[in-house]
Amino acid sequence: MIWYIARRLLLAIPTIWAVMTVIFIVMRTLPGDPAYAILGDSATAEAVAALREQLGLNRPVMEQYWSFLAGVVQGDLGTSLVFKAPVLGEMWRVLPFTLELTLSAIVIGAVVGIPLGVVSALHRNKLIDYVTRTLSLLGLSFPVFFAAIVLILIFSIELRWFPVISSGNAPGISGRLQHLALPAIAASLGLIAVTTRATRSAMLEVLGEDYIRTAKAKGAPRRLIVYRHALKNALIPVVTVIGLYFGLVIGNSVLIEIVFNRPGLGKLIVGSLDTRDYPMVQGLLIVYASLIIVTNLVTDLTYGFLDPRVKRP
Amino acid sequence: MNAEASSVRPALIRSFNQNKLSWVGLGLFIVIVMMAVFAPLIAPFDPIDQSIVNRLKPPSAEYLLGTDAFGRDVFSRILYGGRISLLIGVVSVLIGMVLGGSIGIVAGYYGGRIDLVLMRAMDVMLSFPTLIMGLLVVAMLGPSLQNVIIAIAATLVPKFARIARAPTIAVKERAFVEACRALGFSDLRIMTLHILPNILAEILVLASLWTANAIQIEAGFSFIGLGVRPPTPTWGGMIREGFEQIFQAPWLAIVPGLAILLTVFALNLLGDGIRDAIDPKLKDVG
Repeated sequence: MIWYIARRLLLAIPTIWAVMTVIFIVMRTLPGDPAYAILGDSATAEAVAALREQLGLNRPVMEQYWSFLAGVVQGDLGTSLVFKAPVLGEMWRVLPFTLELTLSAIVIGAVVGIPLGVVSALHRNKLIDYVTRTLSLLGLSFPVFFAAIVLILIFSIELRWFPVISSGNAPGISGRLQHLALPAIAASLGLIAVTTRATRSAMLEVLGEDYIRTAKAKGAPRRLIVYRHALKNALIPVVTVIGLYFGLVIGNSVLIEIVFNRPGLGKLIVGSLDTRDYPMVQGLLIVYASLIIVTNLVTDLTYGFLDPRVKRP
Repeated sequence: MNAEASSVRPALIRSFNQNKLSWVGLGLFIVIVMMAVFAPLIAPFDPIDQSIVNRLKPPSAEYLLGTDAFGRDVFSRILYGGRISLLIGVVSVLIGMVLGGSIGIVAGYYGGRIDLVLMRAMDVMLSFPTLIMGLLVVAMLGPSLQNVIIAIAATLVPKFARIARAPTIAVKERAFVEACRALGFSDLRIMTLHILPNILAEILVLASLWTANAIQIEAGFSFIGLGVRPPTPTWGGMIREGFEQIFQAPWLAIVPGLAILLTVFALNLLGDGIRDAIDPKLKDVG
């Protein structure tokens, strides 16, 4: 297992390097001179020169590239032009909000979606299966920000159970949860749908396998067959699907943070693109890409844990 | 190709009959497309004509779905907004499919170093969340119809490349490709005339499902304010404006939201039906 993890980690390094290089190139091909873009066309030549100096734009490209990579390795991502503070610090401040949103969405997605998928598969082509399938397709079709607005209309404006603006900063655990509930539910809708569909089809496939028939033939109790034998194997593709969907959840968190006016990476990147805070955008791109790469890694490792065959090279 | 097509068509009808909801999806989608195409004939008002005295009117006989904060007819704006959503959805998927599909076929067909370089590049593109990558492209190029299409197409290229590569590798090992090579056909001819028709079905299934995604992403861009510029009506933009009036006029956000939901739902139903017909193995994946 340790070798498997080590090999996976090593394989991620070239991808991370390539992603960093792409981010570097993209940030330098943004239209126009960033200094002019930030200061406006009417800026004085001295102001532009000073900013170019601050951004390091007057140095040779290769030198900029090396200092960029060195900065990434040392955890120095530059200084935000808007916050006048290190990019890393500002991202570090809002990261927990985005993480708690996306992780709780994944937990809700798995906790609701996996049982629904199992029930749907066990009652294949019965009413409950049709209802579950139609509802999950509907859940998949909901634009996430529209789901968020509908939740606000029902639970915040009509029922007044939750605050309209979920700033996430309410005091105490119950306050924090209250601010998290609606955003997390909105973010989880698509995941519940995807998890249900993946679990259902994986269960159907596994239930048709020979070893399940053997288990039935030797008289193992149905409950044991479903949960011990079938579900554990059915979960392998489900984990992959959840992992693949994580990128979408992260992207959707941008929209949810805007609807609920909640702090987070997404709100930060939209604001930074708006104010042309290029060092901040660059830092956020690095964080986003790292999150995806780490998720892929975790997905692979979970895969290896659930399916012992994967571990042997 | 002909043999392939004639075996797919009855399978399609059989699968649609098995799951009646596929027919619902098809019907719904046709109605939505018709409403968008004939918007100028159906719409009772000009979608960008403002009339301040008539602002925030609830739905009535004159204004079927009410009016917005500028007194514009919501029903007419929904019809015209549909044109933008469908146009962006279809064109961006077509571009993504042609570019990504070509990359995937070339990578799978040649293998070796070409495959490694191309697919690594695709992996790097996939390391950014779709919405973030799209946001970045729009931010680089500026918000406009054309640039939103480019942004969404760019996010689809690596996905199509992956989808096209795997079956290409399987198909190129088959005897008829070997025969084509022996006959001295060029690589280009083998890829376009002999490999492409054999993997097209799989690509088309995902194209229909990803059109649904593309429409959702476009709505997201417009909602953030990085989509097609106002006053051109877009569904996402209408939700954005409606959300500001959520207390006085909740229908302003609900109506365009339902329009997106119905369109995407129809495409998903349709895509599921086509997938079941073409490859029962793929049932309910992704």
